[in-house]
Amino acid sequence: MSSLGIDIGDTMVNIAVLVKQVPDTNSKIQITGDRVDLSSVKMDISPYDEFAVENALQHKESGGGTVTAITVGPAGADKVLKGVKALGVDNIIRLDCDDYMDSNGLQSILAQEISSGGYDIVYCGKSAADTGSGSTGPGLAERLGWGSVSNITDITFEGGLTVTSPSEGGNAIISVTLPAVVSCDKGSTKVRKSNVKGIMMAKRAQVDVKPITAPVSSVSIVSHMMPPAKPAGKKFEGGDSAQTVAQLLRDEANII
Amino acid sequence: MSETIVIAELSKGRISATTNELVTAAKNLGPNCTLIVPCKDTDIANDASSISGVSKIIAAKSGIFSNYDAAAWAEAIDNVSPSGIIVTSSSTQSKDLAARLAARRSIPVVQDVVEISNDGTVLTSPIYSGKALQSVKLSSDAVVSIRANVFTPADNSGSAEVQVIDTSGNIKTALKEMVQRASQRLDVSEANIVISGGRGMGTPANFSHLEEIADKLGAAVGASRAAVDTWDEIPHSMQVGQTGKTVNPNLYIAVGISGAIQHLAGMRSSKYIVAINKDADAPIFQHADYGIVATWEEALPVLSSSLSSLLG
Repeated sequence: MSSLGIDIGDTMVNIAVLVKQVPDTNSKIQITGDRVDLSSVKMDISPYDEFAVENALQHKESGGGTVTAITVGPAGADKVLKGVKALGVDNIIRLDCDDYMDSNGLQSILAQEISSGGYDIVYCGKSAADTGSGSTGPGLAERLGWGSVSNITDITFEGGLTVTSPSEGGNAIISVTLPAVVSCDKGSTKVRKSNVKGIMMAKRAQVDVKPITAPVSSVSIVSHMMPPAKPAGKKFEGGDSAQTVAQLLRDEANII
Repeated sequence: MSETIVIAELSKGRISATTNELVTAAKNLGPNCTLIVPCKDTDIANDASSISGVSKIIAAKSGIFSNYDAAAWAEAIDNVSPSGIIVTSSSTQSKDLAARLAARRSIPVVQDVVEISNDGTVLTSPIYSGKALQSVKLSSDAVVSIRANVFTPADNSGSAEVQVIDTSGNIKTALKEMVQRASQRLDVSEANIVISGGRGMGTPANFSHLEEIADKLGAAVGASRAAVDTWDEIPHSMQVGQTGKTVNPNLYIAVGISGAIQHLAGMRSSKYIVAINKDADAPIFQHADYGIVATWEEALPVLSSSLSSLLG
């Protein structure tokens, strides 16, 4: 609707949801040489992206529209796309690239895809479980000239899009005008599970693979390393030792 | 080296002490630190004039700063900010703003920095929720967000001048209502001390024993994912861990929490960690500065009365 600038009175919304493949959050991260070695790690959809997908599907169900899931990554990331296809996503797109990109490069590629696809709204997770940076949603919105709300914990669609976003000392209830980018936290959202029919359909589904070239990055990775090991602490037996610990917190750690 | 621009961190409408830490980080990244204070009432900027190492303070004055709208804040701050490396805190809101500012200037953003090399060229941040660290080099200006409680705060013996500049930005979302939290207690992401309970607490009602200690310490109460998933009374907003909140307070007290990798990822960078668990082999003890092998029923009453007498 809005891509033509004509409001024809319906509520068919063109919805995009960004998903990312990351190491399963229960996996151990190992370093080989000076780089993280993910060769023996199980990969999965980033946890917050599941809430983004759920909210996107609920948005569609509230008044009609299409949901397109987009990922950037190598062929292995198709698994994540098939997983969300099985949940009810209509279209799946992979921007084919396995090279490192800084936030600037990644967002410019995504902005191009979102603009050319004529989307009205983009859902994403509040941050990806690998980088944890949470930059993609707000950065993409800025490039598109759109509004954005981040870390939302609740969403309603009746009478326009309204979200709940944590704010200092409480929650902000915010009314969102499209187009917009919405980054999603867990909150009260319960995600649906795929059923056998969905999984079978997803198996046959085609991933729309689009080749891209990674822009030149002005951030380069120097090294990865394990966090410094903590020196062994002091361990006490029995509840009465809580008194000793309280004393140490004051006299040794100087924090209370 | 680039100029540096620090965006003051605000809390309850005032400049927060974290701002002094940001100035230290900025001084590591380059000379000539300009401090920008986003404000509606420019009086608050005067509080920053004593921060050492700041060469100039810009009070960016606009009505849009009364509520957070990412697009408007980024535009209004961008308008008054010189070019260079921009430094923000890595609070939830400031990371969002950092990403916006970077995109606005088509420069990269590096979030959650915990270390800057002496020559200011290598920045280190946690990845995989702190299971590993990543060091990067910049070949352009960037926006850099800095974790709180890591850098030594700059002292308050300076005297920079405050310049007021009017600015504005287009608000793209509409605040309908602010709902204040029912309890006066801090959120885990805002507190300097956090006490968290796990499934070992037995019932959600037993979290009242954690609240009692939290009240004495001015702490926030958190929970493990197991506790949040098991009990409806424990909301996700309390969850510390990889799929909850990442915290790095001065003191983290884990009670009845075994220390699953998921939980450790969210709190391991806390300055001091105290663990109370009846299982002497619980993984949490490997990360604790002070471990107490006991049930919470035995340890918490003693801890509570000891704190009362110490804190008077």
